[in-house]
Amino acid sequence: MGLPVSQILLVTGFLLILIGIWGILAHRNILRIIIGFSLIDTGIHVVMVATGYVTGGTAPIIDAALGKADAAANAVDPIPSALVVTAIVIGFSVTAIMLSFAIRLYDAKKTLDIDAITDSKW
Amino acid sequence: MKRVCAILAVLMFAAMFLGLVQAYSERQARSPLAEYYLTQVPRELGAPNVVTGILITYRGFDTLGEVAVLFMVAAAVGVLLGSKKEQRAKTSSTDGKGPSELVRTGAEVILPLIFLFGAYVIMNGHLSAGGGFQGGAVVASGVMLLILAMPASKLDHGFLSVTESLAGVLYVSIGILGIIIADGFLDSHVLPLGKFGTLLSAGAIPLISALLGIKVGAELSVVIDRFRS
Repeated sequence: MGLPVSQILLVTGFLLILIGIWGILAHRNILRIIIGFSLIDTGIHVVMVATGYVTGGTAPIIDAALGKADAAANAVDPIPSALVVTAIVIGFSVTAIMLSFAIRLYDAKKTLDIDAITDSKW
Repeated sequence: MKRVCAILAVLMFAAMFLGLVQAYSERQARSPLAEYYLTQVPRELGAPNVVTGILITYRGFDTLGEVAVLFMVAAAVGVLLGSKKEQRAKTSSTDGKGPSELVRTGAEVILPLIFLFGAYVIMNGHLSAGGGFQGGAVVASGVMLLILAMPASKLDHGFLSVTESLAGVLYVSIGILGIIIADGFLDSHVLPLGKFGTLLSAGAIPLISALLGIKVGAELSVVIDRFRS
């Protein structure tokens, strides 16, 4: 069978987080920094879902393939999935706010380069 | 120098993550809380989708807070981007080229399907993968396509905010109704459970799902429309 599913998911998620951190640290354009932030966000979601996987488990939805009685024995842990829905919404909100700040910064400075924005407000 | 520091930081994170991955062994058993949810959601709430049951009933208060966060984001984006409207309108009208015929005709064919699929995802949240947030996001992506294909179209913000507020008020009233006739705030037992696995079952969960879908769809549409400069 090779690598277990949760291991593959964990590696993918952590790789996404690393790419995002690199994007934030190496790029000077605010939009690219925001994209890096979204990548970190997505990576964390993948990692969170991966930690909910139980060997041999299936989606926690009762249907013809998964009876009411054996749900507790055959389904994966539903709690990380429920938490990730919350996390996705919060991640979307943060991205939206960051993008609107970026637009306002561009209006004020006519540039998206973070090195050009050096003045502190207080 | 900066680049070296960045590489160093990424490498250190990589080492940390490598340790985490190597030490992680796949779980063989569910936690007691997960087992409780997996048995109680189908039995007590009558919802086949355990995740939706957790989100809307057991963690209903959390979901209400999430919707409040979305509302605040819509308001904040409005404050940040809404003030200089006239100037924005001027800049956007100058680069006059509209979308290609392909996009416009494609949008006319696909848009109804996207909205239909959004409604389907919203209404089947308690039966299969889906729910209010997901369906609302699908509807908002349809609105995004509408904005891209027909840049001249105007979204009626007044109508959207009234719809959204009504959905929010109804959502909270269902929650308060839960205190009065069921076991607590946002308890889904205010409506009869119905037959397991049918569209109108699982108490108030489909209703709350639909309200959430309307609210999220309207809020995301407003946010997307604000970004159109």
